[in-house]
Amino acid sequence: MGEFFRVLTDNWTLYRDGFTNTVQLFLIAAVGSLVLGTLLGAMRVSPVPALRASGATYVNIVRNTPLTLVFAFLVFGVPKLDVNIDYFDSACIALTVYTAAFVCEVIRSGVNTVGTGQAEAARALGMTFAQVLTLIVLPQALRAMVPPMMSVFIAMLKNTTIAAGFSVLEAGAIPSYMSERGEPQFAVLLWITIGFLILILPLVALQRFLERKWRVAR
Amino acid sequence: MTTGTVDDVTTGEPLIVLDGVNKYFGPLHVLQDVSLSVGRGEVVVVIGPSGSGKSTLCRAINRLEPISSGTITFDGTPLPAEGRALARLRSEVGMVFQSFNLFAHKTILENVTLGPIKVRKEKTADARERGLSLLDRVGIANQADKYPAQLSGGQQQRAAIARALAMQPKAMLFDEPTSALDPEMVGEVLEVMTSLAGEGMTMVVVTHEMGFARHAANRVIFMADGRLVEDAPPAEFFANPRSERAKDFLSKILTH
Repeated sequence: MGEFFRVLTDNWTLYRDGFTNTVQLFLIAAVGSLVLGTLLGAMRVSPVPALRASGATYVNIVRNTPLTLVFAFLVFGVPKLDVNIDYFDSACIALTVYTAAFVCEVIRSGVNTVGTGQAEAARALGMTFAQVLTLIVLPQALRAMVPPMMSVFIAMLKNTTIAAGFSVLEAGAIPSYMSERGEPQFAVLLWITIGFLILILPLVALQRFLERKWRVAR
Repeated sequence: MTTGTVDDVTTGEPLIVLDGVNKYFGPLHVLQDVSLSVGRGEVVVVIGPSGSGKSTLCRAINRLEPISSGTITFDGTPLPAEGRALARLRSEVGMVFQSFNLFAHKTILENVTLGPIKVRKEKTADARERGLSLLDRVGIANQADKYPAQLSGGQQQRAAIARALAMQPKAMLFDEPTSALDPEMVGEVLEVMTSLAGEGMTMVVVTHEMGFARHAANRVIFMADGRLVEDAPPAEFFANPRSERAKDFLSKILTH
């Protein structure tokens, strides 16, 4: 047991830096994918056929591409176009681009739970598409969106570990450093697992809170 | 009011004009060459069997249902394509739905004030004041702070009428406003509609309420199979329907 704790305390800075980067990747990509995903979702439910088609194309292409490939495009492909971005920024963009496709579908499924009559009544009052969406449809769709949205974000938190393969020092990169230091892999991996469990707890709590909050609002 | 040929003293120049309107749902021809004009202050009741295109006709007037061909003119302007101009036009046409469609996440008062505040950019206090007086007028001022789900169907529909009136519309469209109501609640909604008609509101009403058609309408339109079959004052239509289709329809509904 002493050995188990020693693995963490002896390598504390590595664990701390790794998880700090993981959290930063997660927060930046969460905000980015929420914004991009909401825009894509709005496109997919808009009355303009060209916007709907572009939204659907984006989702179908990005959602069906392995995340490692999205990373590879950004890290190895984009610099070939003479655009220089560092590894961390590439990782943020890759995660955002990829996760936005899933966020878009969560938004769209939430929108579909709101009866068409609600949007029709809003349009009949003279509201613009943006007003119909932000004032009438999305507020009613939020409740249905919370559980699947949290699943998307929890998956995204774990997906950040792919960045380790593209030279970003995050939690997923810890094992390779530790094996160089000759630390026991089982304890190393267990500490990373515990780290992720601790990070996911606030997300679960947030989900509970939002579900409860929007239940009483009706 | 501008000059123009006034063909009917009681109705004045037309506010809503449909000319050669066709609408297809896939292979289904739901509106077949429909032409109709509704004068200012006129109350036109549209009746007919289900599937005859009445609701589609009503929804086409504010372009909730885009038409396939023909023209629809409102207050001298052809209906614009989807966009800001259409939104502006819709804000001048009140619409009442069969299923009420009150915003479920807003209180009754918020339902009534949302349009004036967000679409017309009115001050919240002004919108509230007018909203409350409209709710009072339809008899549900004491329900202002409740959510739609807490009200009866009749109360919800009266709130929906108040919501439409809050925009101070030039015309009101009613798409089977009493069809989803328990029989005992039909009267309270029709009462509000009758008083509105009495005040000179231009109204297009799709309904199965023959009593309302008889006493509140200036004209009755009978539709069948997507066509406008008859267009006559109610007394004439109910006493003397000209077409076989209308005779058949009336014999079925009036004997019960």
